[in-house]
Amino acid sequence: MAMLLGKKIGMTQIYDESGKMVTVTVIQAGPCKVMQIKTPETDGYSALQLGFDDVKASRIKKPAEGHAKKAQASAKKFIREWRLGAKDEPQYALGDEVNVEAFSEIKFVDVSGISKGKGYAGVMKRHGFGGFPGSHGTERKHRAGGSIGSHASDRGHGGNLKKGKRMGGRMGGTRVTTKHHRLVSIDAEQNLLVIKGAIPGPSGSYVEIFSSRTRPQS
Amino acid sequence: MKTKILESVENKSLREKTPYFEIGDTVDVHCKIQEGDKTRTQIFTGTVIGRKGRGMNESFTVRRMVGNEGVERVFPVNSPNVLDVRSIRSGKTRRAKLFFLRKRVGKGVRLAQRHSSHTVTK
Repeated sequence: MAMLLGKKIGMTQIYDESGKMVTVTVIQAGPCKVMQIKTPETDGYSALQLGFDDVKASRIKKPAEGHAKKAQASAKKFIREWRLGAKDEPQYALGDEVNVEAFSEIKFVDVSGISKGKGYAGVMKRHGFGGFPGSHGTERKHRAGGSIGSHASDRGHGGNLKKGKRMGGRMGGTRVTTKHHRLVSIDAEQNLLVIKGAIPGPSGSYVEIFSSRTRPQS
Repeated sequence: MKTKILESVENKSLREKTPYFEIGDTVDVHCKIQEGDKTRTQIFTGTVIGRKGRGMNESFTVRRMVGNEGVERVFPVNSPNVLDVRSIRSGKTRRAKLFFLRKRVGKGVRLAQRHSSHTVTK
């Protein structure tokens, strides 16, 4: 298990060992500081709190400064928890630095971030509905979602809409996790993780990188 | 905008030295072909009719006539599967993209030879 916080730098293409072009995302990951260690005794669960990216000295708030001081660190912009299982022993001590070396044995990673906001989107974009034909008599509803229920189709709700009916609305800007990215290369000098495929969010946004939980690391 | 960090990642995939050839040159492109578990080198000979892109996306198009059919192949300049590009004859051209060759047939596809020093490299 490994986790790091990082910043999405952007996407590009590189050639792998077999000469194939791979589309990759470059993440500047870490170095992160262990800001706090949460234990079942004190917090009810165990976790490591990681911090990434220093706050500019003039913008540090007193509480953040005090919190960071306990780990002999400076205040961080991006703080997230690395949740540990009940039996897991934390591999790091308070104030330790976690960097890309932690991923040296890892082949697949999951990445979480805040996706790009898409604004108010219709059902075709938001939920992948099929829409209506472009012609054959379709009028004014090419991208409509179709019927949302009949006059008294109560389904136990007394003529109301069924809860959770998929309709248009705000899309994006939510936490999204993409899974099973192959870790293509690690640059320890520049603290870079190069992973295959696209990850949520715009370039420059903060992301969390985990060793894949659902795909075996072999 | 491309950051320096992105460039540093790309640079590892770029060739240190790209083979030298010009538009209008007749070239031998040596490319690596994977057949099952065997690899061999295949040579594609033709006229370079264009070059486009920058960095990782840079590619060039080679056109040749096979029988009466024009065949064009696009090669990435930096691909490790393109082992070598050897210029064997220089053509005299006035433009950077020789797409007009596509409309020509028979003897018309030939370009006047240009005698310059770069043809005999390596």
